[in-house]
Amino acid sequence: MMSEGSSFMKGMALGGLFCLVMTYFETFNPGIHSEGHLHLHHHLKPLSKEELQKLSEGQMSDLTQQVRVYCLIMVTPKLLVHWATANDTWSKHCDKSVFYTSESSKALEAFDLQEQDEWARMRKAIKHAFENAGDLRWFFLAQPTTFAIIENLKYLVLDKDSSQPFYIGHTEKSGELDYVEYDSGIVLSYEAVRRLIEMFKDEDKCPERGNALWKMPEEKQLATCLKYSGVFAENGEDAQGKGLFNKKSVSSMISDSMGQNPADVVEACCPDMAITFGGMSPSQMQVLMYGVYRLRPYGHDFHDSLTFLPPKDSDND
Amino acid sequence: MTQPQHLESRTQHVRDTWGKRCNIVLYMSSKESDFPTVGLNVSEGRSHLYWKTIRAFQHIHKHHLDDADWFLKADDDTFVVLENLRYGLSEHNTEEPMYFGRRFVPFVAQGYMSGGAGYVLSKEALRRFVKGFADGLCSHNTEIEDIGLGRCMETMKVKTGDSRDVLERQTFHPYPPDYYLLRQLLRPRPWYLLYEHYDPVEGPGCCSDLAISFHYMDAVGMHTLEYYTYHLRPYGYKYRFNPD
Repeated sequence: MMSEGSSFMKGMALGGLFCLVMTYFETFNPGIHSEGHLHLHHHLKPLSKEELQKLSEGQMSDLTQQVRVYCLIMVTPKLLVHWATANDTWSKHCDKSVFYTSESSKALEAFDLQEQDEWARMRKAIKHAFENAGDLRWFFLAQPTTFAIIENLKYLVLDKDSSQPFYIGHTEKSGELDYVEYDSGIVLSYEAVRRLIEMFKDEDKCPERGNALWKMPEEKQLATCLKYSGVFAENGEDAQGKGLFNKKSVSSMISDSMGQNPADVVEACCPDMAITFGGMSPSQMQVLMYGVYRLRPYGHDFHDSLTFLPPKDSDND
Repeated sequence: MTQPQHLESRTQHVRDTWGKRCNIVLYMSSKESDFPTVGLNVSEGRSHLYWKTIRAFQHIHKHHLDDADWFLKADDDTFVVLENLRYGLSEHNTEEPMYFGRRFVPFVAQGYMSGGAGYVLSKEALRRFVKGFADGLCSHNTEIEDIGLGRCMETMKVKTGDSRDVLERQTFHPYPPDYYLLRQLLRPRPWYLLYEHYDPVEGPGCCSDLAISFHYMDAVGMHTLEYYTYHLRPYGYKYRFNPD
């Protein structure tokens, strides 16, 4: 009797394991359909200088108004110094920035989501942002360990219609799923968020507590829900194809470039109009703030087609 | 100012970044080479640095006096923004005896310029420095290069200029940006700000937008500053500081 029981248990265990493995492969299915499959991994670039110059002053003014950004910065008390640094540096350049926290901190103000699960937190933050967007039409979702240059984000999406679905950042592929990497920041148009929030209601396709057996990181959960809504990830790059969204620090990228392109370190490395860098210490972020918004050589004028004014009550930009 | 052991680790990064923005750049070393470096009759090492500096200026006075208006001395780990140096010097007359840099006290009554942050001599200052040694009014009376040069400048009546911008923010920096820029709670002066002639400011007000130099920059730091200064920028941004 005992030996029959243990064989049965072994059979159950093996069968269960087999089911789990098959579920895993269903979601992460490397390249079986890649031949002849529609290449949905798009490359999204900013308008060229020539195209920009064709726009009238009225059109410029309209675009400047339309391209305003709502920043959602997902913080936790564990990242207090990065939180404070993001608050003191780049987030001041968002048209509206809201810090969404897992639990409140006495040191800094934030919207307390009272939620420990990262995906549930992201959903709540996105819903809150959409409801409080006012007339802002672009959303930027980041962690405080990311540094973002919002003016360059605006430059990238300047000619994109926010009533169309856009989901932009540094794209990665996981089997069939193209997703935007969270660490380098996620850009969503108003329409993308609207569709996403509709999809949140579908507990089968877009569950709030995720897949209980196999927990996907929130960047992939997000990509999945968006994909079901017909919104696909696009890679943000400059005219030369250099990625504008980076999860590495500036010094890390420079260091890599010194190894790979010693004759041309800076030119080969990083784009002039970079949007994000990640993995930087709070001190490095403060220096980057100076490097972006202040340090420059006298006499270099760019004659950009748009003007973005410095934020009020700020002394480090 | 460099040495044979630093050509690969430091000096080439100067050459790859800001060195090419000088009208003339001379890499001063104890040995001549195809880098190219000028070979001066000196030994290497900190204790010989003032001798090397004296020999370097004598060399320039002999061979290049009419090739330039201003004469900058920097280290092989100093990052310099040449455009901002030219802008800062534009209102001054090179026939006046003066020199500019990061002004330090005490040791010299009128102050002296930090060696590491780099300093720039007018043509008349260069003439007087070389003449001072030729006439015996200046001598190698210390191993400390910046104090030694500062003493000779004072002897030869070369004035210490004020290199700060119109908002009184510093342009020459003896240390990297993070020593100065980071916000600090009100505190007693840290050791690296003890020699300041002008009251130092910690935090964003420390440093001019049109900074001229930062020192103790390693190779990655050198290229990082090159990227920040000459490449990375916020599209369309209207800078707050517009000195003209």
